[in-house]
Amino acid sequence: MKRKLYELAHSRAGDKGNTTTLSVIAYRREDYELLRNKVTAAAVKEHFAGIIKGEVSRFELPHLSALQFVGREALGGGVTVTLALDAHGKCMSSALLEMEIEVDD
Amino acid sequence: MAMGATIRVGCGAGFAADRIEPALVLAEHGSLNYLALECLGERTVALAQLRRHRDPNAGYDVLLERRMNGLLPLIKRNSIRLLTNMGAANPLAAAAKVVELARQQGIHVRVAAITGDDVLNILDLDQPTLETSEKLRSIGQIVSANAYIGIDALLPALAGGADIIIGGRIADPSLFLAPLVHHFGWALDDHDRLARGTVVGHLLECAGQLTGGYFADPGKKDVPEMARLGYPFADVDAEGSARFGKVAGTGGLISVATATEQLLYEVTDPSAYYTPDVIADFSTTNLQQIERDVIETSGARGKPRSPHLKVSVGYHAGYLGEAEIGYAGENCVARARLAAEIITERLKPHLQELRVDVVGLTALHSRTMSPEDNYCPYEARLRVAGRSLDAAHAGLIGEEVEGLYTNGPAGGGGARRSVSEQIGILSCFVPREQVVTQVTYFES
Repeated sequence: MKRKLYELAHSRAGDKGNTTTLSVIAYRREDYELLRNKVTAAAVKEHFAGIIKGEVSRFELPHLSALQFVGREALGGGVTVTLALDAHGKCMSSALLEMEIEVDD
Repeated sequence: MAMGATIRVGCGAGFAADRIEPALVLAEHGSLNYLALECLGERTVALAQLRRHRDPNAGYDVLLERRMNGLLPLIKRNSIRLLTNMGAANPLAAAAKVVELARQQGIHVRVAAITGDDVLNILDLDQPTLETSEKLRSIGQIVSANAYIGIDALLPALAGGADIIIGGRIADPSLFLAPLVHHFGWALDDHDRLARGTVVGHLLECAGQLTGGYFADPGKKDVPEMARLGYPFADVDAEGSARFGKVAGTGGLISVATATEQLLYEVTDPSAYYTPDVIADFSTTNLQQIERDVIETSGARGKPRSPHLKVSVGYHAGYLGEAEIGYAGENCVARARLAAEIITERLKPHLQELRVDVVGLTALHSRTMSPEDNYCPYEARLRVAGRSLDAAHAGLIGEEVEGLYTNGPAGGGGARRSVSEQIGILSCFVPREQVVTQVTYFES
């Protein structure tokens, strides 16, 4: 069955220039492996198709049950020059948690 | 884990426009040794430079007087030393203003102004920007260049007995690390302790973002009494281990979950977090809940600091024009989209960059993340944004959106328009030895 990432994890977005940072933190330690397997850098890049235009990289932090994603060319040139309403890309954390992943029943 | 003798460092503001009164609560009831106020963003310092160009006595944080008027008697009474980057583009004028405020209240303070972060006059304009690789001299009219300076700029003022230390582009975590290095006598090449102190600074620097601010999601991640959010402090020992808490009776929440979100906030590589002081490895940092609203950190590692300092370069980026108009009821999204087509056809020839969104569907990420294509909310609001090098062209956006009142789709209402001057920010490096910081003392 499919489940929304929102049910399993929480997230905070940050910005550095035109780069976005997105954490994915499992509510339950036992879900970390599932997230690690399903929420890959490629899956996040596809989820944000047309929004994150550059590379997406992922860092694994098992002791925090967390993944950290870094997306380049993601903020319309950066907070100071973008035409986007959400100049910092702060709402991208919620967008990431809209991702659906396949889990065993 | 047992902790040794500790000192307590609090954070009373996490950005320029942050709430005022949580710092007063910390200073009055927090049993602090040090209080830091982090009030400077990339763009904030560039805007402050513009204010200083217009008035040589301006260019410091616009909330300085309001924040300091309340804090002065409290930090004096409770012997709290204060560090802040509210000096922005003019630390000397900020320090003079604080001394003036203290005199008015009959309070004696020794204030240190930290200067030297302004590197506009020594910048090599033939070097490329870190973001775009184009030469600095070709990005447009440069209005500011401020190097991120660290603890080595602050330590002389702490040793010199300053009660209040005011600088400009001090790196956020350095405001918190400096008191630890000063108090415990850590060596500047003790990379692991510097890294642990940097973790303390990074967790504290956004104030409420550690104590449940920016965390709440009703029914999923509930945070109590957010209208009275308490700001955090840390008790830090000589090894750099730290316990984080907040004043009893304040609102908010400190948990491993709030701290994990903040630990990773704005971190582009958890194993190499660059500051002017150290390269900190957060990837081995442990977070542990000790009791309700108390967590403990331990275990970061560090590597030697970079020989270069990062510089934030501000430049004129033209004018942003924005305008909105709303539609309601059945078919409102279709009417907003028709308005978007009309606006785009009329504005495209006049503006290099134009963005048209429906608020409620595409305004935040440029497309919806919902799989439902035909979703129609009760209200839809058209938002148009564009940039131009001159204010008149940027103003066309508001004119055209307002023109929809009589020339656009049915039932448009609540039009709003604005034009604002834009300062862009790009970065470069400067060799550390070229940045010479100074301490100037003022006494009331």
